Amino acid sequence: MVGKWLVGTVATVQTQTPSGRSIVVSLPGWPGNIAGQHVDVRLTAPDGYQAVRSYSIASAGPSEMVELAVDKIPTGEVSPYLVDDLQPGDMLELRGPLGGWFVWKPEQTGPVQLIGGGSGIVPLVAMVRSHAASGSSAPFKLLYSVRSPGDAFYRDELADSEGADFSTTYVYTRATPEGWSVAPGRLTKDVLAASVIPASENPAIFVCGPTAFVEAVATWLVELGYPAETIKTERFGG
Amino acid sequence: MTHLDGNVLAGPLSELFRDDMTTATGRCAHCGDVSVLAEAVVWDAAPGWCVRCHVCGDVLMTLVWSGEKLRVDLRGVTALEIG
Repeated sequence: MVGKWLVGTVATVQTQTPSGRSIVVSLPGWPGNIAGQHVDVRLTAPDGYQAVRSYSIASAGPSEMVELAVDKIPTGEVSPYLVDDLQPGDMLELRGPLGGWFVWKPEQTGPVQLIGGGSGIVPLVAMVRSHAASGSSAPFKLLYSVRSPGDAFYRDELADSEGADFSTTYVYTRATPEGWSVAPGRLTKDVLAASVIPASENPAIFVCGPTAFVEAVATWLVELGYPAETIKTERFGG
Repeated sequence: MTHLDGNVLAGPLSELFRDDMTTATGRCAHCGDVSVLAEAVVWDAAPGWCVRCHVCGDVLMTLVWSGEKLRVDLRGVTALEIG
């Protein structure tokens, strides 16, 4: 049962990128969550004005420690506060876990292709963590599009998670690491086709990121022969 | 400004419905498409949202905050199935 606002206390904050950070909230009464779900965060100004925004959860499982990762939208009402001002010990109102569609559960044994743009990586990280924590042997691949190496959320953790059942392919749109063999540029249909699990293996596909990114990727996937019903999408706007 | 999708409605609709509504299916009154709400096109129209069919673009529903109350108008949904 959701619909009820819970009051949590910020446990830790960690810088992830020049404009983004992860936030762990201690949330008594939190029932745990499935990988891919989100929360609504509510801020209340001294004059009573309230703003509510949705953020994906980077953690998964039964813990009452809930991890969010937030990218700052400079003109936003909520994200600048979460990224620049929020400190450990501060209180935060959250509602969730929310959404039962854009989720991956360990009992799903088939191959999984994750495709993230920018901070759209967050719910996909939860899936990678859930995959590892459950000992799942389902083949997982991640295609991650970011502006530059420094803009990648969870870079070290993703590198440490590489193994027989999981690998990450990066696409850099503005700047690449030194010695990278490909010039920076936006993801194209050809690069997508070459990077993802073939349609013949019938992967479950999760795409998350800015709306324009998600729409382009979903359209290309259908053109490449992936059935629309195997593609789940979540849009951040932008 | 750009659109979002029905995933963002999970929280607001939890004010009215006990079950998760992003996995509920609805039939578009205009084109007959049956899809989960998560796939709908959602436009932020503060103080609320306008929800459109992802196939034909017709309005499925609108959600409007009136103070503390959320008013949901299901004008374009002919069959809502939960669970």
